[in-house]
Amino acid sequence: MTTLDLSGATLSPASLAPVSRGRAGRDRAARLTMWSAFGLALVPLGWILFTVVRHGWSLLATSTWWTYSQRNINASDAGGGAVHAIQGTLIQGAATAAISVPIALLTAIYLVEYGRTGSRLARIVSFAVDILSGVPSIVAALFVYAVWVTTFGFRRVPIAVCLALVLLMIPVVVRSTEEMLKLVPAELREASAALGIQRWVTITKVVLPTAFSGIVTGILLGLARVLGETAPLLILGPYTKGIATNLFAGSMPTLPTMINQDRTETGLDTAVTRMWATALTLILLVLVLNLAARRLTRRSATHRTPTPGSPARRRQSPGR
Amino acid sequence: MATSVRPSEAMGGTTPRDRHPLQVNGRSRGPRHPGDHLFAGAARSAATAVLVLVVTVGVFLVSQAVPALARNGASFLTSREWAPGGDNPRFGVLDLLWTTTASSLIAMLVAVPIGVGVALFLTEYAPAGLRTPAANLVDLLAAVPSIVYGLWGLLVVLPVVRPIFDVLADRLGAVPLFAPTGVTGGTILFIGLVLSVMILPIVTAISRETFARTPAAHKEGALALGATHWEMIRIAVLPYGRPGVISAAMLALGRALGETIAVTFIVSTLAQGSPWTWSLLNGGETFASRIANNAAEFDNPQKTGAYIAAGLVLFVLTFLVNAVARIVVERRKAFTE
Repeated sequence: MTTLDLSGATLSPASLAPVSRGRAGRDRAARLTMWSAFGLALVPLGWILFTVVRHGWSLLATSTWWTYSQRNINASDAGGGAVHAIQGTLIQGAATAAISVPIALLTAIYLVEYGRTGSRLARIVSFAVDILSGVPSIVAALFVYAVWVTTFGFRRVPIAVCLALVLLMIPVVVRSTEEMLKLVPAELREASAALGIQRWVTITKVVLPTAFSGIVTGILLGLARVLGETAPLLILGPYTKGIATNLFAGSMPTLPTMINQDRTETGLDTAVTRMWATALTLILLVLVLNLAARRLTRRSATHRTPTPGSPARRRQSPGR
Repeated sequence: MATSVRPSEAMGGTTPRDRHPLQVNGRSRGPRHPGDHLFAGAARSAATAVLVLVVTVGVFLVSQAVPALARNGASFLTSREWAPGGDNPRFGVLDLLWTTTASSLIAMLVAVPIGVGVALFLTEYAPAGLRTPAANLVDLLAAVPSIVYGLWGLLVVLPVVRPIFDVLADRLGAVPLFAPTGVTGGTILFIGLVLSVMILPIVTAISRETFARTPAAHKEGALALGATHWEMIRIAVLPYGRPGVISAAMLALGRALGETIAVTFIVSTLAQGSPWTWSLLNGGETFASRIANNAAEFDNPQKTGAYIAAGLVLFVLTFLVNAVARIVVERRKAFTE
């Protein structure tokens, strides 16, 4: 910049008139606007985090929070633990991932590795994934309710919640895996094929390992998204105060339903404190997943490998 | 050109040249190994399963909604009644349609300009060292679960902004959109504002991606012609990023339409038969919040069918909005490739 200033002072030809005052003013106004837009966006973030930490921190700092459930603790009793809810959320998350990840991975592999040449099935499936990604969580929950409870007459057990979450998680994982597979350079596939390696071996031994951390990132982001979902839990997952680990019978407590439970006890300071503490726990859980995903993205092989032709393609990795 | 001979013919048989592109693209004409068959079959079945799943969701929801709609004594789309039970069910979704679209549109109108501003800040104005941390901060907004937004909006923000709404109703009460209604809590306007915070990270993330891909030649060309930084953005970055911004706005709108739990916590439910008003300072219920609020009522097929019918309208709305986003993206692809 300093060299520019110098030349401007001494060498600039007469035709390079200085920027008029109005244009310079608009330029400054635009700069100010963008900075304030950013500042404005940080206000709710700071406000939310401040609120949740201020009200919830005291309970998280107690050891009982991480070691006990809410069994035998009434709304008017202070404290207690969140182990039952943390455990429930993690179990349901794991079950959801166990169902949706294989389906989603294979679908993405089909779309990228087999359907790329524009087969009709690939186009229809791609469209179906689009539709699925637009399904609101409440509609997914309603669908599972109508099938599980109304039609088959089953009870509202934890696995029903997982099925609703599967509907929400599949499109996220398919889309992110697709992006990652597309980033694997075609040269790798061609080199493998040139060595006479079978296609499926190429996919499992060359393509998937290359895209591995990117795929895991997508899975973690999808998981982070469904763990914070509350609508399916409201309809399909009743709360209970004790530890429950059976996916196929009874009720399983989760962090969102625990928040909802304490929310209904307005006016009781003990319940309100517990509610914020649970909210903070949930945020931390989602945050840990997001951070893990981010860290993996940074290490990802596809992220580092320069893709020929377009450096911009590297930016497609979700969440960066 | 009749004399020209393709190399493979000239050499009389299969050459590496013949195999190369086709086999790599998966159209191998040679014998396929059983492992290949199995794996390709598994991938194809998974893809088909997803397709079947989506079709099942659609067919099942429609089949549950139709009998309930057939017995409905009121006009489904234009009635404001909601009495889905009993022998003479009467239910319509006009109120839900208004609350849902009004609050989501407010959210979009607020979030898109700010989100585009933040995206421009992150790609054009932020100092290089600040870009990644700043982008991560904005992404953090997306990591906050919606139930937390609900609590925060209801218990923390509402008490702060309520006096502002009262002043608004006082000063602008003559305008139908701001007519006072007696609802002082979760108004449509307030829901829209909370939703705008929730969709801001979506708008920002997608706009940022497209702005960042503006060809350097466009930007340098504008600057070389003497444009100021802002003029360069207007000439080069914004036109290039417009389809991205439109699809970001649509995806965000789709998210806002279907948002459930935050809206359910915050919105002030109106009593049956409250007078119709265009006021944004009124309460109401969205599709999602009505379904969530009445989960306990799903005790017979007739009632459940009515809620499913409402859910279907929501589904169609989000589908249309997402379809617009997709068309914009596709047209852009066809245009640039």
